[in-house]
Order: sequence, then structure tokens, then C-alpha cells
Amino acid sequence: MSTLHLDAEALYGELLAAMRALVQPGSALVGIWRGGAWLAERLHRDLQLAGEHGVITSALHRDDFSSRGLAASADPTRLPFEVDGRHIVLVDDVLYTGRTIRAVINELYDFGRPASVTLVVLVDRGGRELPICAACSAARVTLPAGQRLRLARATDGRFSFEIR
Amino acid sequence: MTTNTQRAGQRLLITGGRVVDPASAHDAPGDVAIADGRVVAIGARPADFAPDRTLDARGLVVLPGLVDLAARLREPGHEHERMLESEMAAAVAGGVTSVICPPDTEPVLDEPGLVQMLKYRASGLHLARLYPLGALTRGLAGDTLTEMAELTEAGCVGFSQADVALKDTLVLHRALQYAATFGCTVWLRPSDAYLGGGVAAKGALATRMGLSGVPVLAETIALATIFELVRDTGARVHLCRLSSAAGIEMVRRARAEGLPVTSDVSVNHLHLTDIDIGYFNASMRLTPPLRQQRDRDAIRAALADGTVDALVSDHTPVDKDAKNLPFAEAEPGATGLELLLSLTLHWAAAAGLPWIQALAAVTSAPARILSHGPGGDGGVVPGAGTLAVGGPADLCVFDPETRWTVNAAALRSQGKHTPFSGYELPGRVRYTLVGGSVAFDAGAA
Amino acid sequence: MLARNNPQLNRHEELIHLLSIEGLPQPVLHHILDTAGTFLSVNEREVKKVPLLRGKSVFNLFFENSTRTRTTFEIAAKRLSADVINLDIARSSTAKGESLLDTIANLSAMHADMFVVRHGESGAPYLIAQHCAPHVHVVNAGDGRHAHPTQGLLDMYTIRHYKRDFRNLVVAVVGDIVHSRVARSDIHALTTLGVPEIRAVGPKTLVPSDLKEMGVRVCHDMSEGIRGADVIIMLRLQNERMSGAMLPSAGEFFKTYGLTAEKLALAKPDAIVMHPGPINRGVEIDSAVADGTQSVILPQVTFGIAVRMAVMSIIAGNTP
Repeated sequence: MSTLHLDAEALYGELLAAMRALVQPGSALVGIWRGGAWLAERLHRDLQLAGEHGVITSALHRDDFSSRGLAASADPTRLPFEVDGRHIVLVDDVLYTGRTIRAVINELYDFGRPASVTLVVLVDRGGRELPICAACSAARVTLPAGQRLRLARATDGRFSFEIR
Repeated sequence: MTTNTQRAGQRLLITGGRVVDPASAHDAPGDVAIADGRVVAIGARPADFAPDRTLDARGLVVLPGLVDLAARLREPGHEHERMLESEMAAAVAGGVTSVICPPDTEPVLDEPGLVQMLKYRASGLHLARLYPLGALTRGLAGDTLTEMAELTEAGCVGFSQADVALKDTLVLHRALQYAATFGCTVWLRPSDAYLGGGVAAKGALATRMGLSGVPVLAETIALATIFELVRDTGARVHLCRLSSAAGIEMVRRARAEGLPVTSDVSVNHLHLTDIDIGYFNASMRLTPPLRQQRDRDAIRAALADGTVDALVSDHTPVDKDAKNLPFAEAEPGATGLELLLSLTLHWAAAAGLPWIQALAAVTSAPARILSHGPGGDGGVVPGAGTLAVGGPADLCVFDPETRWTVNAAALRSQGKHTPFSGYELPGRVRYTLVGGSVAFDAGAA
Repeated sequence: MLARNNPQLNRHEELIHLLSIEGLPQPVLHHILDTAGTFLSVNEREVKKVPLLRGKSVFNLFFENSTRTRTTFEIAAKRLSADVINLDIARSSTAKGESLLDTIANLSAMHADMFVVRHGESGAPYLIAQHCAPHVHVVNAGDGRHAHPTQGLLDMYTIRHYKRDFRNLVVAVVGDIVHSRVARSDIHALTTLGVPEIRAVGPKTLVPSDLKEMGVRVCHDMSEGIRGADVIIMLRLQNERMSGAMLPSAGEFFKTYGLTAEKLALAKPDAIVMHPGPINRGVEIDSAVADGTQSVILPQVTFGIAVRMAVMSIIAGNTP
């Protein structure tokens, strides 16, 4: 484990504060499986938004299918609202190369044509390989290429980061 | 290809070997002196014997040349591929000095002229001796009898339907009566024409794999018919390629009753079971099909106690394309001449049998079966399958200690399909002599 | 199956071909069923396509005619964005004497990525998998009497959908089992997934006693076979059986082994009735039952597309 210490709960608080300004009445939160889904679930509750949040997976549109195969486990995409004409806010835990976001947007388009898509993340670690950017991120860090950064959720719901 | 340039009159001395003759139960170290194509002394060499050539057999076993009762040479039919040459070379490389071939050639061996031509071609190669079986019915079609007297004179040592079932019991009855007239042995595969049509042995494995199964009934019903006809006609019958415990039990009772029947089993059924089919491996597509462990155990016990007389290679060269097909469509058969000796030794080791007993199944026992034919010697060179003073110098000198790995590409036979591919087997042939000439020399090859 | 390595799995126990359910570990089966669930939801969207097999060529090699099965594989491959080529082998060069392996070699030279094969001889897909290029994947769409793994999988998906837990079910498979590749695949899947009681029901000519080595209880009495069952899988009776001296008539078969409402009443009240199709009304199953509330024959077809999408996408993503 790295010595870099990220306080996930504190960062969540900052993200929540930033989102109050970002979110409009018609917005729909869609969390990217898995860390983003956890975030979206809590944000949806804390922002007291109407309706339900959605969960989306990149599994069916990934660009590394030929080498990595189909992901063994991912909850299927569940979007309990009409995508056409909606302002979608995608939520993810870590933004890195941008490939997951590209895949997720393709998946989203299989359901309809949104009015807009905005991206919010807890941590932006740079290293973009595609022209993707987040409207807001609670922290910017730099990590060596080989290290993975992921959100974890304890049984009591508290967030923390895993760095491997 | 081995060329045999020695003169028949040459004197040879084989020194320092262990001489094993199953027929006389002789197993002792000794020299073997050969002159004019015959064995002139065993044990101590004669005082005034001046050999033209000496073969060093120290550490080796000197055995009578093997007598293989079933090897397909594909001639007539495949002359353009020079199959007779390659398969006879394979025979001597395997220590086989007498080959009996079935009549299912192209055309079928049902004419004296064809038999004479085949024997002529074979003798010109100076390799193993060839004794063809004639067809029991014209074209093997099961309607009309062949000229058994003429064919015997031309060189046939018996009459057979090969793998073609003879459905018409009236014709079979008549054929046995006719053969009995001349004292000819009829070689029959016990397989009922209607029940015997599957591609694997009927049972749990065939059911699981979705392959049509041949029930044991196909063999036992055919055996029951054959034994009844033998009782009625007094004809001598040799049963080819028994495959089941139940069939063997019937043969045991028939022999106890005194019926003039003999039988053989193939090396494939001695060692393998249906499980060896694995993932539809077409090298395991054989006739009769490989049966279960119980049947294999019965085959081993019967060969050891003499209920089954002989072990054969059932050598059947199959073209590569003919095996590259789904299991049921693949042509049945496997190569075997170069594996017969090693597989016999392999069985002896597995069963804890002394070599001399196991090797009888491929030397003295097959020779005895052939000797029952017309003319007192059955048309086979007298003394074949034995190693005795005055007998023909047909010998197999082999190294019992060397183990070798079966590599299809390295086989001399043009039939490259063997279920034993990759197996490590004991026994390597060093020299094979036929009529006193060295037909195979591993060092020169 | 036996001592040698299962040719369907790579070194990491991942599926690279689907040839038979036999020999597949339980986690592999569950993975396929779980993935099929994902694709079921894809098939309910506006855009029923995902790009997983985009740019890949899937060749449907049907040596035995079957418009139904071929169509479901075609739909499945197209929903994965693959290019699909259908080869009607009966009329093609194989009828002119081209060997099976030559046909495969020619197609490989056209850069096929996946072969979906249906053949009349048991074991044919194994021969193909052994001889095609390493990166090519083979899906068995039915070989002789041996296996029809995608049907077995969709049947399991169906059972899981309606019954949840395999481990406390009684499943009856009824009809011409000895000639049925569907029955064999179903039995292997049911035993792997832990179904405690599987009954094989039919007359002795169609249900041999050595079937019990596959882990089933052989029943020659229909009432005894159906009693208390949670799932009944009815198999198609082929007309050839009458000419092969295995059965006297379709009428007698229906009387003794056909599924009527009366016989169905012996099973559990919530039992489901399945059939791989196409059904022979009045031969193995009564129309009223085939169209009745307990019949799940049509959902089986829907699940079939999702299962085939799952199989193709899983194997296409694994390297040998």
C-alpha cells in the first residue's frame, strides 16, 4: 500500500458541496459501476433528488475486449428513467485514461439521446489518453502508471481508498 | 527399404545370445549356427563350422521369427504406392518372418492367378514369407463359393470373409461343408451382420458420447451360429479378433467340448479399452470396437491360459485423410507390424508372465493353427514359428532391455495411425532372418 | 472428460470453444448464465446491439439443416455486431466431395473468427477445433447424438429463471433420450449444477439402462417418472424411430409417454413444462399443455438468444 493518504470521506464532502451548484432539477445521476455507483447512491440521497439514480457499466463497450475478455462480474446497466432529452450526470470514483468514460457514453447512447452529459469524479489522477474531462473533481493526484486507485466501501457505508 | 543381397547358401553364426523357443520350452544362452537356410546347431557351435558372417547377439534374445496371422498389405490394389514393399519391410523391421494376409484386397483374392501373382511379388522382395487367405465366397459377396482346392494349390492357407459378414446361413453352411471336404480352415470374424453395425462398443461410454454401439450380442450370436455349423459340418474354424468376455467364455466351452476351433485377439484389444477413445480420437476407431475393462481382462486371462491361441497385429494401414473425419466416418484400422513384438513384451510385463509363455502367442501358437491346413503342413514352411535344429532359419534377434517411443513418422509402414503413438515400449529388433538371410539389420537401416 | 486436457478450456480454465457441457466446471456454467442475464436486458432495449464482436466474422456451418437454430445464432451474432455468413453445406462444395477439414481450411483462409457448427456425426466439432487456427473459436450447434450445449445452457437458464435453486429440484427428461443430443447436454448440466434427482423416462428401446451411468434414474413408467417433478423436459420424437423398429407408432407413443393435462397433474402444481422445439403436437405433447400456463416453451426461445450471445462473447474474449 502506498504512503499517499487520501481521505475519501473528506473528499466526498467536498464533492457533495460542489454538486449542489452543478445539479439541476431535471438532472439524473448515473453512477459508473462500481465505485461510481456507490457514490451516486449516496449523492442521490444526500442531494435529495427525485426519482432513482441509475447504474451503468462499461463492460459491453470496452475497447480492450479482445485482450481481456468479458468482465466476469458486473451488475448490468440499470437506467430507471428515459434517457432521451435528459441531463445526465455521470459519477465515477477515479478518472484516469478516460477509456471507461468513452465506453460508458457509448452504452448510454444505446438507450437514447441525452440533452447533455456531465462528468463528476472524486479523484482525477491525470494520464488522459482520450479528450475527456470532468466538470469537477474533489482532488487531483499523480500516481505511477502501474498503481491502481479504487474506492472501497465498508459495511457501515464509509468510503476509503485502495491503492495497489 | 531393406535389400537382401546375401546368397541363400551362406553360413551364419549368431553368438552370445539367449536362445528362446516357446515351442520346445528352451530358454538358455547359446550360439545358433545356420547353413543353407536352416538352423544346423543350437548351443555350442559345431567344431568345423566356418561362418561367412557372424552376428554378435550378446545381451540379445534369439527368438523364432514372429508369425502374424493378420496383417493387411493392401496388395493387390495399391501397387502404385509400393505398399507391398513398405509393409513387408515393416514386417521384418518388427521381427515378423511369416505374414498371413486377409483376402479383402482390390480385387478380392478369389482367383488363383491373383494369389500366385501376390506370392510371386512377395517372394521377389526377399523379406518376410507371405501366406494369403483366400476369399470364402466370390468377391466376398456371400453368394457363391470360391475354388478352394485351386486356391489352396496356388498358396492359400485358409479361407476367410475378412470383415464382411456372411448373412446367408445357408451359404455359410455350404461353405463350411465344402471347406471341410478339403480340410481347409475357415477364418471367420464372429460378428452378426445386423447387430454388428455400430462404431463403438455398446455401453455407458458410447451412450454418453452419442456413438452407435455394437452390443456383445453381435459376437455371441455369431459364435453360437458358427459353433452349431461346426458341430454339423466338422469344419475347422479359426475365430478372428474376439473382443468380449462373453465371447471368450463361449469359446472356452466349445474347446472343452472338443470342437475344432482356434481363435486370436488383436494387440489393440489386449491393451486398450473404450475409454481410450478420449475426445473422439479416430486412431481408436477399430473393428471390432474397443470394449470395457472387464472384456480386456478376460482377453488377457484367456491368452495367458491358452483359451485364446494367438495374438495378432491386425495391421491395417489407413490413409491419413481417411482418419481426419468425424469418428463414425473415419476408416477403422491401425498399423501394427512394427509393434507386435513390443506389445507382446509389454503385456508380459503387465501380466507378470514369463516371456517364453507370452511369446508363444506370436510364434509357436500361430504356427500350430496354420499347420492344421491341408497337406500336413498347411502350406506353410514346416517348422515356422519354432527354433529347432533342421528347421528354417527364420529368426528374430532383439534387445529386450531397450525401450523406445512409438513415433508414427518413424514407422516404415505407410500406415501411420496407431493408438499407441507416444507410448514407451520395451524390445527393439536388431536382426531379422528369413531362410537364413538377414532381411533386416537395425544397424544398417 | 478424461485424463487429457479438455480442449474447450485454455490454461486458465477459461472457455475458448463450446463443444460440450461435459467437463465444464460449475463456475464456468454459472458465468455463462450470469452473462446471459446481462444480454437479456440488452435484448429489451431500443438499441439491441453491442459492439463486442464488431469486425469479427462468424460462419454458420450447418451440415444438417436447421433454420430455427441457425436463425437464433445469426440473430445473436448480429446483436454482438459480428458479420455473419451462412453456409449451406448440403449444396456447397462438400457435396462435391470436399472433405470436412478442407472446407474448414478454405474458410479459415477467408479469415473466419468463429465457426458455429452443426453436424450429423458425434464428435465432428472436436475434429474441427483440433484443426482450425489457434485464434478461431468453435461453437457446437449440435453434433450427431452427442451434444447441443447451447440448448442445454438455455434450458438451465430457463430452470434458474423459474425455480431459482437447482439443488432441491426433481427434473424429468421424457422421450427419445438415446438419440437426443439435447438430453445428454441437459443431463450433464443438471448434474454439474447439483440437481439431486434427474429421471430419464421412456420405453426401453429409447431409454437404455446404461444411461444411469450418467447420473439419472431410468423410469419406463410415465406416471412414476412425472410424479412430483418440478421440471418436465419433453423431447421431440423423430419419425425415423418408427422405421428403425424402435417404436410401433406415434399414436402408441402419445398414449404411453405423451404429456397430457392428466399426466401433468401428477407433477408438482407449479411444475414447468419445457421442450427444445419444434414440438410435435399430439405426439409427445398435447396442444393444450404446450399452450397452457405451465408451458415455458416460448420463453426458452427468448432465453436462447441471450445465452448464445453470452457464449459467443465469452469465448471470443478468451485467448487459447
